[in-house]
Amino acid sequence: MSNAQEYITLYDTHKELIEKPCAALLNEARRAAFDKFREKGFPNIKEEDWLHTNVAAQFTGTDYGMNLGRIAISAGLHDIFTCDVPNLKTHRAFIVNDSFQAAEKENRLPQGVLLGSLNEIAESHKELIAPYYNRLAAEGDSIAQFNTAFVQDGIVLYIPADTVIEETIQIVSLIQSKVDMMSNRRLLIILEDGARAGLLICDHSSTAKKTLSTQVTEVFVGRGASLDIYELEETSNSNTRLGHMLVRQDADSHFNHCNITLTNGFTRNCINVSLEGAGADTNITGLAIGDRKQHIDNRTLVDHKTGHCNSKELYKYILDEESVGVFAGKMLIRPHAQQTTSEQTNRNLCLTSCARMYAQPQLEIYADDVKCSHGSTVGQLDENALFYMQQRGIPADEARHLLMYAFAGEVIENIKIDALRDRLHMLVEKRFRGELNHCKGCSLCK
Amino acid sequence: MEKLLEIKNLHATINGKEILKGINLTVNAGEVHAIMGPNGSGKSTLSNVLVGHPAYTVTEGEIIYKGKNLLELSPENRSHEGIFLSFQYPVEISGVSITNFMRAAINAQRQYKGLDPMNATEFLKLMREKRALVNLDSKLANRSVNEGFSGGEKKRNEIFQMAMLEPTLSILDETDSGLDIDALRIVAEGVNKLKREDTSTLVITHYQRLLDYIKPDIVHVLYNGRIVKTAGPELALELEERGYDWIKNEN
Repeated sequence: MSNAQEYITLYDTHKELIEKPCAALLNEARRAAFDKFREKGFPNIKEEDWLHTNVAAQFTGTDYGMNLGRIAISAGLHDIFTCDVPNLKTHRAFIVNDSFQAAEKENRLPQGVLLGSLNEIAESHKELIAPYYNRLAAEGDSIAQFNTAFVQDGIVLYIPADTVIEETIQIVSLIQSKVDMMSNRRLLIILEDGARAGLLICDHSSTAKKTLSTQVTEVFVGRGASLDIYELEETSNSNTRLGHMLVRQDADSHFNHCNITLTNGFTRNCINVSLEGAGADTNITGLAIGDRKQHIDNRTLVDHKTGHCNSKELYKYILDEESVGVFAGKMLIRPHAQQTTSEQTNRNLCLTSCARMYAQPQLEIYADDVKCSHGSTVGQLDENALFYMQQRGIPADEARHLLMYAFAGEVIENIKIDALRDRLHMLVEKRFRGELNHCKGCSLCK
Repeated sequence: MEKLLEIKNLHATINGKEILKGINLTVNAGEVHAIMGPNGSGKSTLSNVLVGHPAYTVTEGEIIYKGKNLLELSPENRSHEGIFLSFQYPVEISGVSITNFMRAAINAQRQYKGLDPMNATEFLKLMREKRALVNLDSKLANRSVNEGFSGGEKKRNEIFQMAMLEPTLSILDETDSGLDIDALRIVAEGVNKLKREDTSTLVITHYQRLLDYIKPDIVHVLYNGRIVKTAGPELALELEERGYDWIKNEN
């Protein structure tokens, strides 16, 4: 509890400073969330959900700064940041640490669409945002409460009914700091009935300092609406990312999510999808590539609250050196959620004897007319395949890369944006070859 | 005639168990040798040792290939030096297309020879040409290596790869197993078309059947880890007629 106490004291001492720059909506939610955090503290490894991921330790031993004074970190980001996906035209927005920064000189988004600072939109469109903000996260874990208690800004994406955004929306989340730094950022994504959009959220870091980010994303997918979200972690080994995404889907909506951990230090991604209207379908996929002492934990809950919904899940891990992977996926089929189809697959490769994978697929079914399956495997690269390739002249290292790349390919193939899929194929290949430490497209890394 | 391969007193083990107990075999450039023998006599072990399979340990003897000590070369370098094994059980490689697989193999071989990678047009032309040799469907080329292939398709894919890599010493390990008569003919014709004066073939088989199509110059019988009989093509016919028992009884 001692490290939680530090943050409790920080809050109590600087309450005014924390609240001052923020919209009333954020501050109202903040107080209730802080009370919950004060009561529970950080999650404990004695709790089932945190058994293999010691998150409290991430808050210990480093004196993270928080930008409570709201000092502007950098401007002109679109000039220095060029690590985009070639051939992909996007509507772009930036979050630097936890602050929204406008990127586009002109707004090309359809009328009625909002893409901007959470803090500003919570003031200017309070009526619109109030029914959504913290509605899902209020029930989230204590990291979500911590985030709500300390959050200062983030991004809102609001898409009115029947509005279709053809171009991908890209949110670049950039960590930039000269000191050890903590950011608590927030994303609120609302698609009204019949709206359609694709979103790319990528994490980058330009600092070797120790950084920790909590990110809470609340997603509302209205009746018949369709949303694709691709999240890419491409930071550094000194970054800790604690993500919690909460999704609510109405009837006949489609939600497709793909999370790719390409490079990071300590990752915990929790995603809860609540299917609340018949005919909704959800597809969540993930690819985790770990080496050195990376820790990657993905936890998913798909909650079938009503019948006639489909869910599909595919997570793959490739763990090299001393990296650790954790996957826990739960499919919850509630009573009356008849005619549910649900499929969960988790496949993992441990490339060394020091790499560790903890897999926990779970099905909880309370309805009797459903079709559900799950499967999880942990293994090594196929020695017979490796030798077969060597016999054809392919050097052992190259053969290993080809097999790893093929293993990862199944997840990447789920990406519907051609340019992004091509780019990821390339990035993953480079990652395996160890050529990703210096991303060529990104002027920040040069 | 120029010696291509010379095996001298070769002993090899797997999991500590001795399988090869002193093989002596010389293959000259241009020759086709058949190696026959009952189950468990060491035929597949011999082919695996030749290509450097890590599960097998050579405990005694030597293998000289093109005047070099073959046992010092890595499996991939043996391939680059022209040794090809058509596997008895070709491996399925999920997610790797035949095209990408062959491109990696061809370019690795070219790099070994100090050549630039083959350009895409040239490569696809070569693929088309060699596919035709064994009637390999163009649709298969975009599929994962051997995944979901029928027995016949797997063996044709082996010979297709052989055509692509143009080996000097081809080892066909029970290439006839699992093939119907038509597939057997296509595969054998492919092998015959690829035969050149300076290349040699080791055909490992249980049966005379394949040797009707691929005519051997010399036939060896392997039994209990040793070559116990060597003669001309008529030996294969005699074995077909009399079975292996008389060999076993003699040894």
